[in-house]
Amino acid sequence: MEPILTPYVREPNSFTLDFFVKHQGYEGLRKALAMQPSALIDLVKASGLRGRGGAGFPTGLKWQFVLKDTPLPKYICCNADESEPGTFKDHVLMERNPHLLFEGCLIGCWAIGAKVAYIYIRGEFYHVQKVMEAELAKAYAAGYVGKNIMGSGFDCDIVIHRGAGAYEAGEETALIESLEGKRAQPRIKPPFPASAGLYNCPTAVNNVETLCNLPPIVLNGADWFTSLGPEKNGGPKLFCVSGHVKRPGVYEAPMTITLRELIYERAGGPLDGRKIKAVIPGGSSVPILLDHQLDIPASFDDVAKAGSMLGSAGIIVMDDTTCMVWAAKNLLYFYKHESCGKCTPCREGGDWLYKILTRIEAGEGEMRDIDLLVSIGNNIAGKTLCAFGDAAATPALTTVKNFREEFEAHVREGRCTVPAPWRAAKTPVGAH
Amino acid sequence: MSFHPLMEYNARFQKSERKSVEDGAPFVFTPERRAQLDDTLTKYPADRKRSAILYALYLVQEQVGYLTGNGMRHVAEILDMTPAEVEDVATYYVMFFREPVGKQVLQVCRTLSCALLGAERVTEALSEKLGIKVGETDKSGLFTLLEFECLGACDRAPIVMINNEHWHEKVKPEDAAKLVDDIKARGEAAYSGCHLHVER
Repeated sequence: MEPILTPYVREPNSFTLDFFVKHQGYEGLRKALAMQPSALIDLVKASGLRGRGGAGFPTGLKWQFVLKDTPLPKYICCNADESEPGTFKDHVLMERNPHLLFEGCLIGCWAIGAKVAYIYIRGEFYHVQKVMEAELAKAYAAGYVGKNIMGSGFDCDIVIHRGAGAYEAGEETALIESLEGKRAQPRIKPPFPASAGLYNCPTAVNNVETLCNLPPIVLNGADWFTSLGPEKNGGPKLFCVSGHVKRPGVYEAPMTITLRELIYERAGGPLDGRKIKAVIPGGSSVPILLDHQLDIPASFDDVAKAGSMLGSAGIIVMDDTTCMVWAAKNLLYFYKHESCGKCTPCREGGDWLYKILTRIEAGEGEMRDIDLLVSIGNNIAGKTLCAFGDAAATPALTTVKNFREEFEAHVREGRCTVPAPWRAAKTPVGAH
Repeated sequence: MSFHPLMEYNARFQKSERKSVEDGAPFVFTPERRAQLDDTLTKYPADRKRSAILYALYLVQEQVGYLTGNGMRHVAEILDMTPAEVEDVATYYVMFFREPVGKQVLQVCRTLSCALLGAERVTEALSEKLGIKVGETDKSGLFTLLEFECLGACDRAPIVMINNEHWHEKVKPEDAAKLVDDIKARGEAAYSGCHLHVER
C-alpha cells in the first residue's frame, strides 16, 4: 500500500504550506465544509475510524456524543501529548506534515460545531511546536484558518498549547485539567468530556493521528477507508518500532500487516547474533508478547485476542540480552515517577512495585516477593480513576507471568542473571 | 502549630524531602515578555486566564533561569490566582526548575527504549565526565545533569534533551564525554537536532 499519512516524510520541505497545498492540501476541508456537519459525522462513523491514541474508540461515535443543543461553546482538543514510552508517530506527523493536522482539526470543528481547536503538545516537543507555529501563521494568512475559512463563512481558530512534562496529561480529562491551568490529574467520569469537558463545555478529545486520518476519509470516502484493513480496523496506521532492531522507526501500513512482518521485514529484525525475547506491542502499558505470538495482524482486535493491546502502536522489541526484571524495574520507575498522585492504589502501589523490583534485581529479594508483586499489581489494576493504574501494574504482572523463572533465578543466585553490556554497572537513579 | 496534645508546639512533624521554593530577587516581567503573555491570554476565554499559567511560568523561567517565589507571585497577580495555586501547578510539572540550574541542562531519556540502547551508560559517562551525580550542577555552573522520562524519539535512542528545547540524538555512551567538550567549544551548534528527514 502506498503511504497515505506519510508519503512525503522524507521530502525536505514537506512541512511547508506551499508543498502541502500542491499535494491536495486542504482539499478535504473544502469538501467537508460543503457537507452538513451531521453528514460528516455519519461519514466518519461509516468509515469506522478508531481513535489512534490507545483506546481505539470509534471517532464518529465520540463526536456524536458531543452535546448538540447547548448554548455553550464547543471545543476540539487535539491530544499531542505523546508520552507513552515507545511511541513517536505523532511527532513525525507534526514535524513533517503539520498542515494535515490543522486540516483534521478544522474538519473536526466543523463536524461538532466548535470554533476553537486546542492542540495540546507536550513541552518536550518545543522544536516541533516552533515549526508548527510558523506554519500555522502561514495558514492563517492564506485564509485556511481563522475568519471565513476558504470563503465558506466558517470561523475557526487553532491554538497550540505547550505542556510542561507530564505523562498523565495524555489522559483526556487530565489533558483538559492541564489546559485549564491546573495539575494534570484525571477527573471522575461521568460526566464525560462530550458533555462537560474543557471549561465545562462539550469537548471532543482526539489524538493527532486520528485527526490526520480525516482529510483522506473526506476525500476518498468511507468505503475506501474500510477496505484498507481488516474488518472494524480500517485505514492506514502508523507503527513505531524501537528497541533491539536494526532499523527502528515509524512505519505506515494497513492493520493487515503482521507484527512479525513489521519487526522482521520493515524494521530489519533483531541485531546480528541476537534473538527476540519479548515484544511490547502497544506502548509500555500493555502486556508482553513472545516471539512465537507475532504471527498475528497488528490490528486492535487481533492483538487484543492474543492477550495484549495495540494501544498506541509503540512496538518495543527486547532481545535475549535483556533482563526482564530490569525491564520491569525500568518501567516501574517511569510509572512511579509519572503517577499524578490522585488515587492511592497507583500512587503508593507503583512505588512499592518499584522498590520490590529493585530489591529482586539487586539479588536481595525473597521468593515471596514475586507473589507480592502480583498481589500489589492486582490491587492497582482497575482500582483507579484512569487507566494509568492498569498501565502501571502491567509491566510487573506481565513479566512475572511470562518470565517467572528469571525472577526466581535472581532470588536464588542473589544477583542479576542476565547482565547486559549496554547497561551501566549501577543503574543511575534520578534525583528529581 | 500543633495537631496533637502530645506533640510539642512548633515541632516538625513532617519529614519531607521537598525543598520550599526560594523567594529570589524582586520580579516583574520585562515589557516584551509581558506583551507576549498578554498576547497569549487572548487565545483563551476572557474569564479563563488561568489557562496561560504554563506559558507564564516558562516566561519566568526564561527570565530568571528557574522559578522563584516572587516570580510565581507575579504570575499569580496577573492571572488572578493565589500564589498557592500557582505553586501547586509549578511543582507538578517536571520541566520547571525550582532551584538554580546550570546554563546547559542535560536531560537524558532513561525510559525503556533508550535504556535498551545504552542510556544508562550515557548518563554514567556524563556523570563521570562532569564529576556530578544526576540532579546536580557542576562547579563551573555550566552543566546540570538530569534524567528524563520518555522523550518520544525512541527510534533515535538514546536521546538527550538540552534546556527543555534542543535535542541531541543517537548518543553513544563512548561519545557522551565528547559532547560535553563539544558544547563547551561550540555551544548550540554541538547538538544534532531533530533529524527526521535524514534517510535511515
